[in-house]
Amino acid sequence: MAATVPRAQAFEVRRTAEGLELELTGEWRVREVAAIETALAAIDLRTVPRVRIAAEGITELDLSGAWALRGFIARARSAGAEVTFRGAPPDQLRLIEQTLVDEPARALRLEAVAPGEPGERLLIAIGRYVVRSAHELVHGLAFLGRSLTTLAADLAHPRRLRPISIVRHVYDTGITAMPIVALIAFLISVIIAYMSAQQLRGLGADIYVVDLVAIGVLRELGVLLTSVIVAGRSGSAFAAELGSMKLNEEVDALIATAADPFELLVVPRLLGLVIALPLLTVIADLVGLSGGALLCRLLLDMPLTQYVNRVEYAISPTTFWVGIIKAPVFALLIAFAGCYRGMQVRGSARELGHLVTVAVVQAIFLVILADALFAVLFMRMEI
Amino acid sequence: MEPVLEVRGLVNRFGSQVVHDGLDMQVQADDVFGIVGGSGSGKSVLLRTILGLQRPSAGTVRLYGKDITQLSEAQLRPIKAGYGVAFQEGALYSGLTVLENVQLPMIEHLELPPDALDGLARLKIRLVGLPAEAAAKYPAQLSGGMVKRAAVARALALDPQLLFLDEPTSGLDPVSAAAFDDLVLYLQQHLKLTIVMITHDLDSIFRTCNRVGVIVDRRMESDTLERIVNYPHPWIQAYFHGERARARLGAEHGA
Repeated sequence: MAATVPRAQAFEVRRTAEGLELELTGEWRVREVAAIETALAAIDLRTVPRVRIAAEGITELDLSGAWALRGFIARARSAGAEVTFRGAPPDQLRLIEQTLVDEPARALRLEAVAPGEPGERLLIAIGRYVVRSAHELVHGLAFLGRSLTTLAADLAHPRRLRPISIVRHVYDTGITAMPIVALIAFLISVIIAYMSAQQLRGLGADIYVVDLVAIGVLRELGVLLTSVIVAGRSGSAFAAELGSMKLNEEVDALIATAADPFELLVVPRLLGLVIALPLLTVIADLVGLSGGALLCRLLLDMPLTQYVNRVEYAISPTTFWVGIIKAPVFALLIAFAGCYRGMQVRGSARELGHLVTVAVVQAIFLVILADALFAVLFMRMEI
Repeated sequence: MEPVLEVRGLVNRFGSQVVHDGLDMQVQADDVFGIVGGSGSGKSVLLRTILGLQRPSAGTVRLYGKDITQLSEAQLRPIKAGYGVAFQEGALYSGLTVLENVQLPMIEHLELPPDALDGLARLKIRLVGLPAEAAAKYPAQLSGGMVKRAAVARALALDPQLLFLDEPTSGLDPVSAAAFDDLVLYLQQHLKLTIVMITHDLDSIFRTCNRVGVIVDRRMESDTLERIVNYPHPWIQAYFHGERARARLGAEHGA
């Protein structure tokens, strides 16, 4: 902006026998400072014994302008020139000196912190990371333990449960998630049916499409995809909600009134999600199976009765339960990641954003890790 | 002389609620102008209107002769660079250090080399009476008084000639509040600032302001401090001569 406005020259330089005469003119305002600094830097100060500055011609001088002048004076002095003013030096220079009277000490202290060798720094970084991770783990376990003991205590004294709060969380995490969960379950069953139909038709094994859809959706995909969606929706919501409450000192206000934030904030979210996620999973299973039926009808001309019969034949009594049993566990993990990260927020809006991200990523990671463990467990149990 | 800030016939309406109805206000260069009013009288709405954060229902707001209610966002930009605002709670960017907070307006509006940016920002931080170490701290690590000072440092980033302060001494202990008043006077004298401040603090008003505008009945009564304390309006009387004010006024007249 400053560059586009034609600007009167800020100073005139005259070289005399004695040295340099600097006649300052016009406005030395913050908008012109960048240009003035460039112009001042262009002045050749080599072999100049003395610099005389006349500042009376300045019409406007603000602190930034004075800063540029001060920088020039310092440069002239370090180049060996003697700097004097014709008339009084501007007040603003004196204000700056007055303000920064103890500044050099600080600059020296900063230089004292020298970075180590590259190898050493890497080692330090690794060490810090390990220590931080260990702390994280301990804190995370402590949080989980505290949540679960509070939950257990509340369950032992059901009057301490917060039914209204729990219902609200069932609504927020469950009811409002139904459309998106149903849509995703439908699309996933379409994908499985389509892919497997393409492969199996060549072998004349069309009927196994039904097996793939039914077992895939009921055992794994229904609960897994629902959990991933809920982790994205509700894990982030938990972290953001608790995090901004922390920033607002609302959590501190609770503690100060001797209310337990775990009992009021964490447990209702845990319980709400533990109730909502299995229900969502049932919906995902239903919609997934229906999607499979539709696709089998369209792709393979399979009548509905045949589809239903085949589903009944394909699945064992445990198939549905193997899927649904995982839902409360996943719900606990998601709610835990969201609440834990939310309660970790301290200080800044940036931290809030960072921890919400961490909460979602960790929730999804924990869900998939737990699912893998379940897969191994169920295989060992031969279910 | 042309006033720095001139508000004429300002009307602010939210639905059926009328906050301002024909409010006039004038601030001359080098004034320290205090805006006073009861809770809910529309002090903050007035400030938001002057800052261009919201458009008034009617009336004009002239800053340096330009009616900001008629300007587009782009036209407002240079005008906004010409004044500084320190918000009540500081409104420091929580993810940035104090130094970065002060540098942000400079980076947005100026093209300064990094060392000048650094030096100027540190100068502003020292100027408002913060220790040099405060530059590297985050807002959450500062005390209430330091947050207010840091907010002023950021408001001074572009060397404005006009400074708005929203309740600068609220939430400070009397000693810190008095120190803040001294800072306001110091800055006003050395930087030749025009200052507009919203405040409830009688001590602050008597210490720093030369003119006071009181928002009563959706309008503003403004005059010099000496004269306005004798205005007959009941709210003004209650404010300047109430239980809490009497001690202060007595001391003032005795001096």
